[in-house]
Amino acid sequence: MRETQGFKIYRGVVLTVLGLFVLVPLYVMVTSSLKPLKDVQGAFSWWPSNLTLAPFVDMWKTVPLARYFVNSTIVSVSATVFSVAIAILAAFAVSRFRFRGRTAFTTTVLSTQMFPGVLFLLPLFLIFVNINNSFGLQLVGTRLGLIITYLTFSLPFSIWMLAGYFDSIPRELDEAALVDGCGPMGALWRVVLPAARPGVIAVAIYSFMTAWGEVLFASVMTTEANRTLSVGLRQYSTQTNIYWNQIMAAALVVSVPVVIGFLLAQRHFVAGVTAGAVK
Amino acid sequence: MSVATQEATPAAAKPAKKKTKRGPEHRPGLNRWLPYLLLAPAVLAELLIHIIPMVVGIWMSFIKLTKFFIANWSAAPSAGFNNYKVALDFNNAVGEGLLKSFGVTVAFSLITVALSWVLGMAAAVALQPPFRGRGIVRTFFLVPYALPAYAGILTWNFMLQRDTGAVNHVLNQLHLSDGRTFWLIGGNALVSLITVATWKLWTFAFLTLMAGLQSIPGDLYEAASVDGAGNIRQWRNITLPSLRPVNLVLVLVLFLWTFSDFNTPYVLFGTAQPPAGDLITFHIYNASFLTWNFGTGAAMSVLLLIFLMIVTGAYLFVTGRRSRRA
Repeated sequence: MRETQGFKIYRGVVLTVLGLFVLVPLYVMVTSSLKPLKDVQGAFSWWPSNLTLAPFVDMWKTVPLARYFVNSTIVSVSATVFSVAIAILAAFAVSRFRFRGRTAFTTTVLSTQMFPGVLFLLPLFLIFVNINNSFGLQLVGTRLGLIITYLTFSLPFSIWMLAGYFDSIPRELDEAALVDGCGPMGALWRVVLPAARPGVIAVAIYSFMTAWGEVLFASVMTTEANRTLSVGLRQYSTQTNIYWNQIMAAALVVSVPVVIGFLLAQRHFVAGVTAGAVK
Repeated sequence: MSVATQEATPAAAKPAKKKTKRGPEHRPGLNRWLPYLLLAPAVLAELLIHIIPMVVGIWMSFIKLTKFFIANWSAAPSAGFNNYKVALDFNNAVGEGLLKSFGVTVAFSLITVALSWVLGMAAAVALQPPFRGRGIVRTFFLVPYALPAYAGILTWNFMLQRDTGAVNHVLNQLHLSDGRTFWLIGGNALVSLITVATWKLWTFAFLTLMAGLQSIPGDLYEAASVDGAGNIRQWRNITLPSLRPVNLVLVLVLFLWTFSDFNTPYVLFGTAQPPAGDLITFHIYNASFLTWNFGTGAAMSVLLLIFLMIVTGAYLFVTGRRSRRA
């Protein structure tokens, strides 16, 4: 595109409109988290006239936010670790080997991703109940159940993205490692993985985001003891009060680590998405 | 492991090849099974969480699964096609509700995908030529996508409150309304849903299209420029055709996502959804968990699944793409 005057005006308009669309909710989130409860319960104001950090202190007491935080962290980190490990193995197989059933595998895995979670929710719930009855393994209302569930949510996309990454690494590299006496697993571990590190990080952040933001299964499969943030944040609405300032403070605190992680990895993420989309 | 495979391989059969060439062919026994071993954990996880529940879900749609049988669901009596008859009988309350919800979801999904694509495209094109601050703007635009869904939707919920929200405040100041509009109940619920979903989704369209634009060679534009094509013509004749493969995948993914969106209605409305914002996944959830009629809920799920499969199949057939990674 040429940088004509018309284009510059177009760019200015687009960036302003979309910038406002993106920014206003973020601005409201931040400023409302700095207002006393009285102010968020009254008419909306753009500028907080009584700045206070109290919501960031009170939010830990109104609901057991720390416990939800710990639960979300344990569940999301575990799901991420397992998901990335499983995806690395599967993506290596898909990228480096030609075997019967390869296309069937990729097609099946990718198509499971397109079906809505509500489809699996109840059957999965009942299967978990049955597993508990038959084997005594408690999955409903435990972190383990959520971890197992979440690890598969990001798996299809992770395999797809990582396979694209592995494809972009010259085969000569791991063939050289094989000549040097590595087994296929040694080649994966010593050559392919280090070269694909940006992709692995991007996939890990994607898996973490998926688990950290999941709402549906968290609302059905958890009890008070193992509730995650996505459900726990609702509890700032009581029958007498809605603590909007604390909700906004908590939403902010819950988002910051994920947003920073994503923004740091966005370049690799974009590369992974394109590799998949264009092929 | 290598010991076992050497035993499995008749070592004497091809001694010459073994000496001269090392590499994957060195251990054919291991190599034949290795890809399957590598896939085993992924297959196991997919089976447990996706495939088996799907089969169970289909089976559930053929039994009388009410709250009396939930503890011992395998003993529930067969229902034949009864659950489907109930779900598809548009003259009774259940079928009528499903049909309405389907209509709402189609409208929601088509409008949200169209808006997200247009906004994403507008931004990607605006950011195509380098300028100062491009990287910052790009990063900034990605924040809604990175934000956990419920955090963003809760913020919108706050902004859409009637008396304390920012939206009515702004509309009032601009004299566009009296600032007393309900956004989360009544007829405006669909507008709110589309706005929030678009806010979240356009940025993914932007990210994908931006990546696609980077792969278009710059000399195409230069050549067109020399031939006297303006920016709009260049967009129509170069950008759009070049992005075709990206667009095909993007639009399908956006449609599947919005059609099965659960977070937006659930966090925006709580459990009491207004009829104008009754999206299908949420409808199925309520039909199953509020009325305890799991058999009907399962039948609705299967119908939704069939619909999505038909749409996907038709889309892939029309656009001539079978699998992404052949």
